[in-house]
Amino acid sequence: MSQLVTGQELPAKTFTINRALLIKYADASGDQNPIHQDEAFAKSVGLPDVIAHGMLTMGLAGKYLSDISGAEKVIEFSAKFIKPVVVPANTEVTLIVSGKVGEIADGLAKIELLAMCNEIKVLGVAKGVIKL
Amino acid sequence: MLNPDLVGRTFTSADSVTVTKEAIQKFAQVLGESNFDIAPPTFSISITLDQSQSLLQGSGLDWTRVVHGEQRFETKRPIIAGDVLVGSSTIESARNVAGNEIVTVRSDLHDGLNLVVSTWSTLVVRA
Repeated sequence: MSQLVTGQELPAKTFTINRALLIKYADASGDQNPIHQDEAFAKSVGLPDVIAHGMLTMGLAGKYLSDISGAEKVIEFSAKFIKPVVVPANTEVTLIVSGKVGEIADGLAKIELLAMCNEIKVLGVAKGVIKL
Repeated sequence: MLNPDLVGRTFTSADSVTVTKEAIQKFAQVLGESNFDIAPPTFSISITLDQSQSLLQGSGLDWTRVVHGEQRFETKRPIIAGDVLVGSSTIESARNVAGNEIVTVRSDLHDGLNLVVSTWSTLVVRA
């Protein structure tokens, strides 16, 4: 990656989320909450449909960060889960992650992240700090 | 609602967790990561989820109404295969905002005496 400059807009990346990915994430993370796999259960608790694990969405935003710096240089990472990523059956849901370089100081760069799904912002105040 | 006396309660897992390359690979592959030597930035959640939930068992939280509100990671050094980590989780705060209960649990992973990663999970119990 070429040198980062404060204010720089980083290119967007697209991630695809589907039901199969939710099952794989549940198995890899240990989070077997049925709202991420079972449509009838999700609806019974008032959700529109199965929703993605917030940590899957955040994990994909983390992949965006590690693509910038390498995973070993991501030292802080935080996000709020402001809207659910709804994943209907037989549907490929597109998550678009983009970033903007914030403050650079002491060998660290802040990266402000934007994660959009169906033109809705799904992560709030998402940001990472990477070592340069 | 959460018993306010439980704020400050810490649960330290009795057993250490040995991180395998397979576990990193399984987690990394879901996210499209191709580097399996170093854990992805959010990998530690797969270790700390159980202990943070154990901590909150019997706390009075209504699990049917819990949603994950916020998550933060501070990584002192990346997790790699072969790491032997011991986890501890603490209920850092519990407060009520507009009728919603907001509980923050901090989970730390240590390698011996060295802190490897701290995570803060904020759970919101919908009113």
